[in-house]
Amino acid sequence: MKDASCAGRISRRFESLAREGRGGLVTFITAGDPDLDRATEILLGLPGAGADLIEIGMPFTDPMADGPSIQAAGLRALASGQTMARTLDMVRRLRRDDRDTPVILMGYYNPIYIYGNERFLGDAIEAGVDGLIVVDLPPEEDDELCLPALEAGVNFIRLATPTTDDERLPRVMRNTSGFVYYVSITGITGTKGATAEVVGQATARLRRHSKLPIAVGFGIRTPDQAAAITRIADAAVVGSAIVDRVAANLDETGVARPGLVEDVLALVAELAGGVRAARG
Amino acid sequence: MGQILLARRMGKKRIIAETGAGQHGVATATVCALFGMPCVVYMGEVDIARQQPNVFRMKLLGAEVVPVTSGSRTLKDALNEALRDWVTNVEDTYYIIGTVAGPHPYPMMVRDFQSVIGEEARAQMLEAEGRLPDALVACLGGGSNAIGLFHPFLDDEEVRIYGVEAAGRGIETGEHAASLTAGSPGVLHGNRTYLLQDEEGQITEAHSISAGLDYPGIGPEHAWLKDVGRVEYVSATDDEALEMFELCSRLEGIIPALEPAHALVQVARIAPEMPKDGIILANLCGRGDKDIFTVAEALGVTL
Repeated sequence: MKDASCAGRISRRFESLAREGRGGLVTFITAGDPDLDRATEILLGLPGAGADLIEIGMPFTDPMADGPSIQAAGLRALASGQTMARTLDMVRRLRRDDRDTPVILMGYYNPIYIYGNERFLGDAIEAGVDGLIVVDLPPEEDDELCLPALEAGVNFIRLATPTTDDERLPRVMRNTSGFVYYVSITGITGTKGATAEVVGQATARLRRHSKLPIAVGFGIRTPDQAAAITRIADAAVVGSAIVDRVAANLDETGVARPGLVEDVLALVAELAGGVRAARG
Repeated sequence: MGQILLARRMGKKRIIAETGAGQHGVATATVCALFGMPCVVYMGEVDIARQQPNVFRMKLLGAEVVPVTSGSRTLKDALNEALRDWVTNVEDTYYIIGTVAGPHPYPMMVRDFQSVIGEEARAQMLEAEGRLPDALVACLGGGSNAIGLFHPFLDDEEVRIYGVEAAGRGIETGEHAASLTAGSPGVLHGNRTYLLQDEEGQITEAHSISAGLDYPGIGPEHAWLKDVGRVEYVSATDDEALEMFELCSRLEGIIPALEPAHALVQVARIAPEMPKDGIILANLCGRGDKDIFTVAEALGVTL
């Protein structure tokens, strides 16, 4: 098995962040939200706006772990005709401009399973995908996609939560690579955040189980919150706040208003500013 | 009942559930009232509108009924929303899933608890008739009443078993809930089973006149029983079910729920081909009082 955690864009990015002495900003957007063109423009603008890593949500009709914001984003994307092939095309397009920013596809298993696991991994690698987060594939099902992904050289990033206890953590960590995504609250995306103190205790606990970088997400909405998180973790993940900014730039019929892309990227730049100033 | 005893043993203080037709919601609200536990039931907005009597029952029993407005606003969306509540409040909350779907160990646990149906029916049949039935028939949405009836008979090879899915407006129209008959394998709600889905793996909306059958998946054990050929899965349309709803009411003096009215369609299909002393055991898994408004509307009757 190739040791994906020692190679690849994700670990290189965390190494360079460590050299710079700062935490990273991980931004989440939903592929195809509100439509393919706008989503692609946002994606292409993310590295310049200060995103250190990019998560792209693969839309699914039944996103059980997501709150109303990301559910709605997925439905907007599907209504605009988003498909897995188009999502992979977005990554290919990004890679023409950007060879360094890690891209992680995040979503649910069924659309991957129906696309075909082997075909998906082949196409994802060719497109320039670095990691996968598949919310509804627990470690018990590692044979399905996790192990083939690691074999192919794609990081498989797992979520750990406050209820993942010390007995369970080693099992969650065993085949995790790239980074660990710590979900700072019990619950769904887009809800309230945890306090820095609680997150600090949790990251300390995670570091006893893994040497991987830790990104903390769920409930981080503002530059200040992102900054506070990167003082204790290696990166902060912002999702719902960005997706909400997309939604705020739609008219009553759901069509994008002029300036949507710029407004979303302005939010990312503010978040990046917070993260970059955090340890200064 | 089994699940709430488990919840109490686990020290959980709050109960949540999803419901389609409201049967499981009423059952959950009942046991919560009995044990004095707060109860929140997630129910699709569409189902709330067509199952008013059960919504009122749940409220009488002290449950909070939360309308679910996402997706198709039916059973699968209620399940999504209940799962979201559960992961948020997992410390103090137990989720009583009403069907043999969801992540392990729910399909197994719900099957084992529901098997009281089959155990009891089997014992009663042996006592009353001195032999096993020739055929079993049950309707399937998620498939819990059916697996509960079928499971104790699976090793009785001489007993033919039929599961009846909702064909809605007809399989050919695409507006149905027959995931075993017309779906394909996929993964939803933590299990791999037959699903109604498009070529992108997106879940498509199920349709049935019966709220309890309106689910685009099926318990994973049914998928297995289909693949090994032990159970024959067939389907019945809205119109066929309505016809049996009326016929059963008139002939038997029993107003069946719309869900088991689908099972009765299959009973009417196989009965004429059986000997006079043949025995068919059909699971009449719900009463029709809750459905009279839906049926009246479908028949064009103003109440």
